[in-house]
This record gives sequence, C-alpha cells and structure tokens, in this order.
Amino acid sequence: MKFTVSWLKDHLETTATTDEIVAAMTMAGLEVEEVIDPGAKLAAFSVAKIVEAVQHPNADRLRVCQVDTKDGRKEIVCGAPNARAGLVTIYAPIGAYVPGIGVTLEARPVRGVVSNGMLCSGAELEVDGDADGILELDLKLAVGTPAAQALGVADAVIDFEVTPNRPDWLGVAGIARDLAAAGVGRLTTRGVTPAPARIVSPVRVATEDESACPVFAARLVRGVRNGPSPAWLQQRLKAIGIKPRSALVDITNFLCFDRARPLHVYDAAKLKGVVRARLGKAGESFAALDGKTYAVTPEMCVIADDNGVLGLGGVIGGESSGCSEQTTDVLIESALFDPLRIFQTGRATGINTDARYRFERGVDPGFIVPGLDLATRMVLELCGGLASEEMVAGKIPGPPAPVIFDLDRVRTLAGLDVKPPRVRAILKALGFESEAHEGSFAKRIIVQPPSWRSDVQGRADIVEEVARIEGYDKLPANDPPRATGYRAPAASVGESRARIARRALAGAGYLECVTWSFCEKKHAALFGGGAEALLLANPIASDLDCMRPSALPNLLRAAQRNLDRGHGDALLFEAGPAWTGADETGQSRTVAAIRQPRPQRHWQGAPAPDLYAMKRDCMLVLSAIGAPMTALMAGPAAAPWQHPGRGGSLKIGNRVVAAFGDVHPRILAGLDVDGPALAFEIFVDLLPPPRAKATREKPALEKIDLMPLSRDFAFVVDDAVAAADLVRAAYGADKTLIEDVALFDVYRGPGVAEGKKSLAIEVRLQPREKTLADAEIEAVSSKIVASVAKATGGVLRG
Amino acid sequence: MSDLATLEADLSARIVAATDEASLDAIRVDALGKQGAISGLMKTLGTMSPEERQAMGPKLNGLKDRIGEAIVTKKAQLAEAALEAKLAAEKVDASLPPPAVRTGAIHPVSHVMEELARIFGEMGFALEEGPDIETDFHNFTALNFPPKHPARDMHDTFFLNATDEMGQRKVLRTHTSPVQVRTMLKQKPPIRMICMGRTYRKDSDATHTPMFHQIEGLVIDEVTTMADLKGTLMAFIKAYFEIDDVRVRFRPHHFPFTEPSAEMDVGCDRSGGSVRIGTGDDWLEILGCGMVHPNVLRACGLDPEVYQGYAFGMGVDRLATLKYGMPDLRDYFAADVRWLKHYGFSPYLLPGLAGGL
Repeated sequence: MKFTVSWLKDHLETTATTDEIVAAMTMAGLEVEEVIDPGAKLAAFSVAKIVEAVQHPNADRLRVCQVDTKDGRKEIVCGAPNARAGLVTIYAPIGAYVPGIGVTLEARPVRGVVSNGMLCSGAELEVDGDADGILELDLKLAVGTPAAQALGVADAVIDFEVTPNRPDWLGVAGIARDLAAAGVGRLTTRGVTPAPARIVSPVRVATEDESACPVFAARLVRGVRNGPSPAWLQQRLKAIGIKPRSALVDITNFLCFDRARPLHVYDAAKLKGVVRARLGKAGESFAALDGKTYAVTPEMCVIADDNGVLGLGGVIGGESSGCSEQTTDVLIESALFDPLRIFQTGRATGINTDARYRFERGVDPGFIVPGLDLATRMVLELCGGLASEEMVAGKIPGPPAPVIFDLDRVRTLAGLDVKPPRVRAILKALGFESEAHEGSFAKRIIVQPPSWRSDVQGRADIVEEVARIEGYDKLPANDPPRATGYRAPAASVGESRARIARRALAGAGYLECVTWSFCEKKHAALFGGGAEALLLANPIASDLDCMRPSALPNLLRAAQRNLDRGHGDALLFEAGPAWTGADETGQSRTVAAIRQPRPQRHWQGAPAPDLYAMKRDCMLVLSAIGAPMTALMAGPAAAPWQHPGRGGSLKIGNRVVAAFGDVHPRILAGLDVDGPALAFEIFVDLLPPPRAKATREKPALEKIDLMPLSRDFAFVVDDAVAAADLVRAAYGADKTLIEDVALFDVYRGPGVAEGKKSLAIEVRLQPREKTLADAEIEAVSSKIVASVAKATGGVLRG
Repeated sequence: MSDLATLEADLSARIVAATDEASLDAIRVDALGKQGAISGLMKTLGTMSPEERQAMGPKLNGLKDRIGEAIVTKKAQLAEAALEAKLAAEKVDASLPPPAVRTGAIHPVSHVMEELARIFGEMGFALEEGPDIETDFHNFTALNFPPKHPARDMHDTFFLNATDEMGQRKVLRTHTSPVQVRTMLKQKPPIRMICMGRTYRKDSDATHTPMFHQIEGLVIDEVTTMADLKGTLMAFIKAYFEIDDVRVRFRPHHFPFTEPSAEMDVGCDRSGGSVRIGTGDDWLEILGCGMVHPNVLRACGLDPEVYQGYAFGMGVDRLATLKYGMPDLRDYFAADVRWLKHYGFSPYLLPGLAGGL
C-alpha cells in the first residue's frame, strides 16, 4: 500500500516529520517497506531572487548576478541566457551536490570572478528536462523557500506491508486513525453528509446471491460532465502511480485509496433493465476494462443487466458499460462481495486490481452506504448533475460481536501494565466503543469493535490493540527461569543418534550434505519408491516430484555433479528422512553415504576403496550410535540399489538395519551417474532403543590375570559359504573360553580343490580360572572344528 | 720386556684391532679360554715354589683382569658401532607423505541445530518431533488458518496425492508448528518445548528454497506472558550470537496462530558489506512470535480461559547465514563439495558452553 505524506495530512493533523511517521507506523504494526522522498535530494536548494545581472567582464556568454538568497546577498556567475534582474529561481550554495550534473559546488573563480553558488536549471535538479535556462518560478515565492516545496515535489511516498488482518489500512484514513491513536497527531477525517436525492433512479439494482454479494448499493447521478479531474486529484493519484483517466473514474480510484472503499461507475445510458449481482453461467463472457475478454464460470460473481455480463463484481468492470467523456448519467456502485470468492475469481482469471485486493481482504460493511454518499458528493462537486436516492439491495452486516474484557488482561497476557483509563482511551482512539460491565467493580468492560475491525474476535485481540498502541517497546523482558532441578537434554534417541552418526562419518572423512526431501519419480522407482501416495500434486519442478525413498539417489546425483565439475572421489553422506508411505509411520530416519571412488595413488601403494571399506564405515556408525554389534547378522544384498553379488546387509533378527556395497550398474545408468559407486544406508529407527536402566552405572570390569592364548585354524569350505557363518560357528563353540575370532586369510588355488576355499581364523582363548592344560586346549579346538563342520561343512585344511 | 709384558702388549693390540664380535671372541678364547695363554700360565702357578707363586700370582691375576676388562669394553664399543651402522642403514625420507586421511565436515545446518538445541536445552526446553508429511488439520486448521487462506493454496504449499481421513490432501508441512499442535494434543501443560526440522514452501530464489529449516518454541502454562517471551528471546540472541549486549525490537505483526503477535528485530550494522549483529543502528528482522491464539489452544483441547503461553519461530538456515555467512540459500542444498568443505564444521568441534558455541 502506497500513500503520500500530504495525502495522510488530509486525515491527520500533525507536525511529525516523514521519519517520525515511518517510525510510528513501524511500531504500530504497519511495516514500512520503502520511503521514496523525491524532495530529499533537493534539501540543499532554495528559492532565490536575482537583484542585478551584468555582463561578465571577461566572457560574452556569462553574467555576474547579485542574488538574494537564504544566506544573504551573493555574487554568482551564471551562463543562462535568461538570467536577469527580478527573476525568481533556485539557488545552490557552495558545498551542495547538484544531482543533474553530478558535481559538488566549490567556490572558485569563473574567468576571474568568484561564483558563490549556482543558479539552477530544471535538468540540473532533475525535476524536468529543461536545460536551456535557469528555472523561472512564481515571483511571489519567498526567498529561502525550500526548493522541494517551491517545485511541488515535497511529497514523500511511503510504501508499507498491509497484514491480512487489517484491510482498513488499505485506505489512508485508516492509516491516519492508527497513527492518531499512536500519538502522531489528531485525526481530522470528516464525516459524510449524504447528498439529497433530487431524482428517482430509472435503473434498479439487485443481488440474487447474498452469499456471493451480500450488499449491492447504488446511486444514479443524471446530467454529469465527465472531463479530466482537477489537478489536486490527479496529483494524488499520480503520486502513488495511478494514471488519471476521467473525473468519474478518478473519484472511484481516489476513494479506493482514501477510504479503502472500492467503487464502480457505469454509464447508465448503456445499461438495460435491472443491474444485478449473480453467479456467472457457463458460456458467458465479457470484454473487461483491461482490454481482454474473460470467460465466466458459475463460481464467479458477476454484475449483469438484461444484455448480459457487465463485469466481475469486485474484480473488474466491463468495457460495454464503462464511463467515457460522453457519459451524462452515471450509476455509482458500492457493494460487498464474499472475500473468498473474490480471491478465487482473481486467481482463476489472473486479474489483480485494487478492488480485488481490498474485497478479498474484506472491506468495511459499515462504509458501504457512507462510501456511496461520499462518491456521490464528489461526482456532484466535480461533474455536476442531480443525484438519485440510495438503492440498497441485500442486508448490511452488523459490526463484530462485542467482547467482554478484563482490564487486567493486558498485564496478565502481554506483561504490560496499562492503567484502565489508558486502555479505554486507546480503544476509543481506534474506534472501539467501551462501557463498564455491570457488577464487575470496574474491572471489566464491554468492548464494541468498529465495523471495519472484523479481525477482532476476542480478548487477545483487544490485548494486542492496547499493547500495540501503548508500544511493544514498553514490554518488559523477563529473564528465562533458571533450572530448579534436572532438565532432560533437548534431544530424542533418534536425534542423538543422528548427531553421533554425523560426527562419526565426518571424522571418517565424509562430507555431510543436506539434499531435497524430494527426488524425481523415475529415480525414486529405482530405489523402490515412487508410489502414487508419495507423489507431489504440485511439484516445483518435474524432477522434484516425489518424496524420496532414500537419500542415496540425491547423493549419487550430487557426486556426479561434483565429478562433472572436476571434483571426483566424492565421499558424501546425509543423515535425514526417507519415505515408504505418506502416513506417520512412513517416514524414517536414515543415514546414507556414498562414494564414487577413484583409484587411490600413494607411493606406498594404497588399497582400492571397495565395499569392505563401506562396510567398515557402516559398522563404525552402527557401533557409534549404540547398535547391538554382537547381535548383528550378516545377510545378502537386500536393497534394490545393491549389486547382487557385491554387497550385503546387516540384520537384527529378520530386520535389515543396514545395507552396504556396490551400487547396481543398472541403477547408476538410470541415475546417469558414472560407475563404479559404493554406498551404505542405515535405518536408524529399526535399531533397538538404549535399554532404560535405573542408574548410569557401568557393569564392573572383569579383569582376568591369566594369559590369553591364540590358536590358528584353516578350514576348507565350499566357495558359497559365507565367512561370517564360519566365524560365528567358531565363536559359538565355547562361549566361556573363546574371547575373539578373527578371520585373517582367504585362499583359493593349488592345494585347495576347485569350488572350495580355505578360510583361516585366529581364535583367542581367555582362561578364566586356571591356566589351560594341553588337553583342555585340545578339547576346545575339537569343539571349534565340530561346530564349524556342522554349520558350514568345513573341514580342517590338511 | 718380560714375557708377561709382551703377552699383554700383544693381546691388547689384538683387542684394539678387533673389528667385530667374532674376532673379539677369538681373542678372548686365545687369552682366557681353557687352552688360552693366560689360562695356561695360571695353571703353572701350581708347579711353582711358594716364593715364585707369591710373586707371579698377583701379576697373572692382574693381567687376566685387565685383558678381560678390555674385551668387555671393546665388546660394548663394537655393539654401539654396529647399532650406529644399522641405524644409518635404516634411514628413510620422513618428508614423504603419510597415507591419506580424508577430512570430513558437518553441514552448517546440523551444526547450528545443535547450537540451538544446546541453548534452548539449557533454558529448559525439551525437543519434540513430528512428521514432514502432515495433515491439513495439524498444519493449518488447528493453527487457526481460515479455510482457503492463501497459504493453503497450491501456489504456496506442496500437496501430496495421499489424503488424510477427512479426504483432504496431505501437505508437506509449511512450518514446524504442527509439532506444537501434536505436543499440545498429547501432553498436558506445563509445556516447554522446541522443535526443529525440514519445512517446505513452493518458493525458489536466492533467499527462498522449496525446502528449508525452522526452529520453533512453545511454552504453555497458566501465567506466561509476552514479557517472558521477550526475555527468553533476548537471552537466546545473546547466547547464539555470542554477544553480551543486544538491542532488540518487538514490532506488532500478524500471524493466524498468535495474538498478540510480534516480529523481533535485532540491532545490526550493515556497513562494510556484511551484517554484524548487536552493533550499529540498523535493524534486522529475525523471527516471528506471539502469544498462542485462543483458537489454537481450543483446537488442541486446552481451555484458553485457563492456559496461555507463547510461541516463536525462526529460520535455521537464516540463523546460520547471519552467524556464519553463506549468503545464497540454494547452496545449502546443492551438495557441492567445495562449499561443504569450506563452510562445513569439524566433527571435533562440540557446540556447547564448555568449548564455546
């Protein structure tokens, strides 16, 4: 919403500067976005009068002038052909910055004569394009008058954000009311005296749908002359960027901004029959004032006569009934429309008008008729004619319901101590009526909000009004309460685990990414996602149309983007959500990591990053976040993205809690990512929560002083046997003595039959009560061999 | 020179000349071994007269001790020389690079979220969580958004094909406020909570991305006022920006879910291209807040005649920008390794009061 300070002063008597007005607006909740002060750059300039102008002794085209200025009489050298005695013009003192020529004035001789300032042309001040001579102003202007005022550009334009609850701020009078309440000045908005009815309107109005158009009021003025509007009115509109058209149209625009009252004027000669608000009919269309033709739908509220649709009520008028210079009889419409329908019609048609903007936010139902009367008065004043009676179709809604208000509520809700008389004074200034509530010992009042404040529905709204005008700067700041006892940390199990996982992976060299929660549907499908329920109905881009089933596709695509820029060997992870469904259980917390490896080069030789490195990092995270490591079972590749032969999973019971390995080449091709690529993914929510214990005490350390000992075994097993099964079998052979089993060699080749492999393990035994005798060690060894044989069919390598 | 003197001189010379332990050992055998020269002379003592023995005994024992000692000394010298030679032979170029260790980093959003959790945790706020895919009720209706509010429009909010029990399309939460709703629905006051996470709006430019992060706080009891809100937020700003003195300004504003509502500005200095919080005469809008709207309390099953409290919300990404730089929000989600390495945080840096935030 834009307005000028001089327009504001039509409604507010104030001595406040623009800066003070802006500050008061900000603190009253009118968030100023921009102040354009065209007079600011002219601050140094003022009106001066040439007393004498004589030929410069050393230059034909220059004159030496004696000039009366605000700084006294000055000798100024001037090259303008029109510099002459008696001329009233604009003077720039030494030190002034002249915007049109980009120069700061210095006192220096011009052909031997020192010029103590400058007399300015319009171009030099950037006020009009005339560069031929210095400005010639009204001879009556007093010397020293600020240039901005003398040139009529003194008016600052203020642009501010109107919050949706305050459509009354879409009129200058409404702004003035709040500023007056805030103590900036005195509200001077005049009441409306209806113009008497001299004729009976030949045109009748009606509303056929009182939900779409609750009120349709109109007056007809006969015998108008519709020429250009007066200069003051044109200037008001031009200052806020509205093009003056004709007196009738300018009046409607003026009141739209002056009183937040949208109006429409029809050339009554072009109307046929009753003018009615009704819902549109399929197949109807009309040519609007913006030059376009719009099809009408049954959802839209139209204004129509017997010839058909005249316009979209509250949105835009039609060409057929528009006013022109030939208009002699005008029908002035002041109506009320359903905000929601206006919003939908506006959005469907793409029409943004000042009327739509106001109707969709809600206009003051109490000002439908006064607004009509005010418009009629202006038409009579500016265009002449005779006014008809008021025609009001529909029922004017009443003001908001009264609110019973405890005067102490400002203190108990806002923490601001405002005395009761002040509370009532603020409310009165804002247009709220209040009276004591019976039997409440003056602690309680009944507040009647004004008709333009439909946003006020309860006590909290009243508190805001009082606190806002009293000033939020007066709000005390209470220190936050200190802890009086134990406070649980601001964390959840899942969030704590995510924090630890981030540290673990960043410590292992991975860069944490945060990528979109969405991905492309076809990419989602590669990872088992892309279900209909998880598609966005209105994606922002076609490649972001689906909730991701995993962070992996986004990470892999990111790795490729980095590679394409010359930054390969990406090691990326994300600790974030993934979706299997749209209900509350469909979102899970995951840790996903990828590597698009490049052969490693080191002068000592370096192992190629492979799935075992990914498995290590996966297990590093699992261990760090408290997964039950000894309960994890090795399983085959389980996720759709996995290479079937080069990956695995880690399970607790039947649940896959993590998967790792090479990314399937087909998946990479589908993502358009260069292979090979490695990945792992951990489903954090599937891990059991930490066991709740009564204390934080750790179990006592079992420290056995007997020397542990190791024995190596090599088993020949079928190639298909999973090493983890053999290790597990060995481990399980004696749960008291066997402390650890480490697999240290895998061998295929001479000495081992085709289709077989040799797996070598080192078993560490921890004697518990006494040193083990050879026979006892032998017994454990036999149990290991038997257990491995049973589980895997493996036999000791001869 | 006597025979003994000749023998000693000869052995001593050989010891000095010995170059390794083997030759030294040969000398020892030659002199002190069972068949050695000195051992042989010692054996002759038994055949001597007491007088001769008296004279020769000490001489022979002295010779034996001196030679033995010389051998031990020489042996130690040889061992030392051998070690020196071995060490010299083992020399490598220690300036060669070690095996590579990659440096990872934590995303600024994660780091800032931990800082926030830390600060609000110390003020007694518990962390609550909720899903990103929300129902119309939790995201809008319970928060007093009127039906068909512009925020509910397809132009502003992401909708899913999935629908809720009411048959309404599910939405990607446009703020973390539905977590407040969920908390009020499940828990009786007093409530003192924060929630953080991903939020979504249909926007895309340098300062708006379709996904971003928010933190919100909620306090509900019977006495909390806007003055408590202001004090808590001031304490937060001081803690987060690590400044002692901070100018803040509450400005009236409008949100559907709070009444009275405010926006908070912090004092800042914009001279010199960057924004410095806490100094200067300029203002920077930093968050929205207010007293929870009675309609919101009612929708969450709380009696507004009994309970009241405040809520606030702010953009995590924006807080990160204000403290650490990183002007273009789109970069946050682009996973560009150059950006991640440059703006990311060391995993060893723990946000907390003990080590600074």
